[in-house]
Amino acid sequence: MNAVLQGHTASAPSPAPGGQQGIPETLLTVENVSLEYRTPERVVRATHEVSFEVDRTDRFVLLGPSGCGKSTLLKAVAGFIKPTQGQIRLGGVTIDEPGPDRIVVFQEFDQLPAWKTVLENIMFPLLASRTLKRREAEERARHYLEKVGLSAFAQAYPHTLSGGMKARVAIARALAMQPKILLMDEPFAALDALTRRKMQEELLELWDEVRFTLLFVTHSIEEALVVGNRILLLSPHPGRVRAEINSHQYNLHSLGGADFQASAQRIHRLLFDEGQGPAEAPEVPFERLRIAY
Amino acid sequence: MSLSPPLREEYEVQLQPFTQAELARDISLAQRIWQQAWVRKGVILLALALVWELAARWQNNDLLLPGFLQTAQAFIDGIATGELLGKVWISLTVLVKGYVIGIVLAFGLTTLAVSTQLGRDLLSTLTAMFNPLPAIALLPLSLLWFGLGENSLIFVLVHSVLWALALNTYAGFLGVSETQRMAGRNYGLRGLRFVWYILIPAALPSILAGLKIGWAFAWRTLIAAELVFGASSGKGGLGWYIFQNRNELYTDKVFAGLAAVILIGLLVENLLFNTFERLTIKRWGMQR
Repeated sequence: MNAVLQGHTASAPSPAPGGQQGIPETLLTVENVSLEYRTPERVVRATHEVSFEVDRTDRFVLLGPSGCGKSTLLKAVAGFIKPTQGQIRLGGVTIDEPGPDRIVVFQEFDQLPAWKTVLENIMFPLLASRTLKRREAEERARHYLEKVGLSAFAQAYPHTLSGGMKARVAIARALAMQPKILLMDEPFAALDALTRRKMQEELLELWDEVRFTLLFVTHSIEEALVVGNRILLLSPHPGRVRAEINSHQYNLHSLGGADFQASAQRIHRLLFDEGQGPAEAPEVPFERLRIAY
Repeated sequence: MSLSPPLREEYEVQLQPFTQAELARDISLAQRIWQQAWVRKGVILLALALVWELAARWQNNDLLLPGFLQTAQAFIDGIATGELLGKVWISLTVLVKGYVIGIVLAFGLTTLAVSTQLGRDLLSTLTAMFNPLPAIALLPLSLLWFGLGENSLIFVLVHSVLWALALNTYAGFLGVSETQRMAGRNYGLRGLRFVWYILIPAALPSILAGLKIGWAFAWRTLIAAELVFGASSGKGGLGWYIFQNRNELYTDKVFAGLAAVILIGLLVENLLFNTFERLTIKRWGMQR
């Protein structure tokens, strides 16, 4: 129980008096959230009393082995799953259904409707949520399409694009909505290693430029260290908070460095050593984890 | 000595610009013509016509089997006098009415089925009950309820289109991936807008298959129904034309009527459905 409180206090350095124009720094509050999902035979607990806070312009990473409920947690923030216990608030408002103020970038390539061109895909959420009229939507879509370097492919259909390009379109589509928070569910996991690194680099560049707030789910320790500025470690099955770690000092250039390696090893130990943890935590076979870069 | 591969010399090759052969070659004209589906299908049709004509000449009995040329003559005469075209028009108007009503009902039923559990149960029970029931078997009942006329025909047509299309559409809706559903809900789409913007386009391959099957069922049912009870107030369709000419032993006109049924089927399939497929699901890469 006290681990919950630690995680909670550690991320909130008291509502800053220096917060711009009196906006509270904390954007997303996840408080004691337990999530369950049903199979025909049983109800499975995915996460247990997880708490954390995401501040404005954070690149907050949820990291854990498969089965720790990190994707389920992200879907709960998106509003697809209702918590069985606890609360999720975005800017003080409790989340109870999906909405266009939280845009999700999925891992699967079929997240782009195949029947729309790249440009129409980026305009789609803007029009579907009635955020903008057609002309403004197209203008904004072109703007973000240029940001991800795909202006030449505006009229192409998604099935003609490579995996990396589809991921770029999905990111442009999410950014064009200018959501309060961008939710990414292992967005680069289906890409090859080189493309993945390139995408991480571009994501960080985009963040530098736009300064969006990001909640990022991954099972790769290296990706977490590179992409995030703060990492929440979740224990395997059911997901409970293991630690919160700062990673703002790392980027793609620190990959081989000694302190980067030390951090990676520390995270690895926190995730998989049962030294201090409760004894009943189940074994996770090492082969199930993808820590290779 | 332990087993290990022999160590071989390394080497590098300085590559000159590639000039030995052309990088891309044109396909020959004959091959390009043969690639056109309509050319191949046309050849098949010609071969069939030839076999037909030869069989008719060999059989040598106009009453039983008129040849291709004779049928073509009767067909052209029918078109020229306007008789055949008139019959086709009568049949098609009835057909389209029934087809459209069937489509509307099918979409209503499947939309209900994707939104509520009860709707799902309703759809699966109804399709299980009525899909195996031949539409033509309902015609006597339909005549009793709606009398001799267009309405009884429309009733059996709706029955023949509705279940096949609803079954296909619903299967298509179920096949839409979880990611696309979540993406749609993420943008605030729900209810009818969700069905219209996400489910229908994503399930279009299945829906189109259902529309094709529905069209064929409806066409069949209509001709059969017109054969059973033909005309109301002297206005019969294509089935009636076939039936009447058989009674008067104009076998070539019977064949011309059948040819009209086939031709309309081919036209709808190749022009309407294929064009629609090319502009939608093929262009979107959802179907090869």
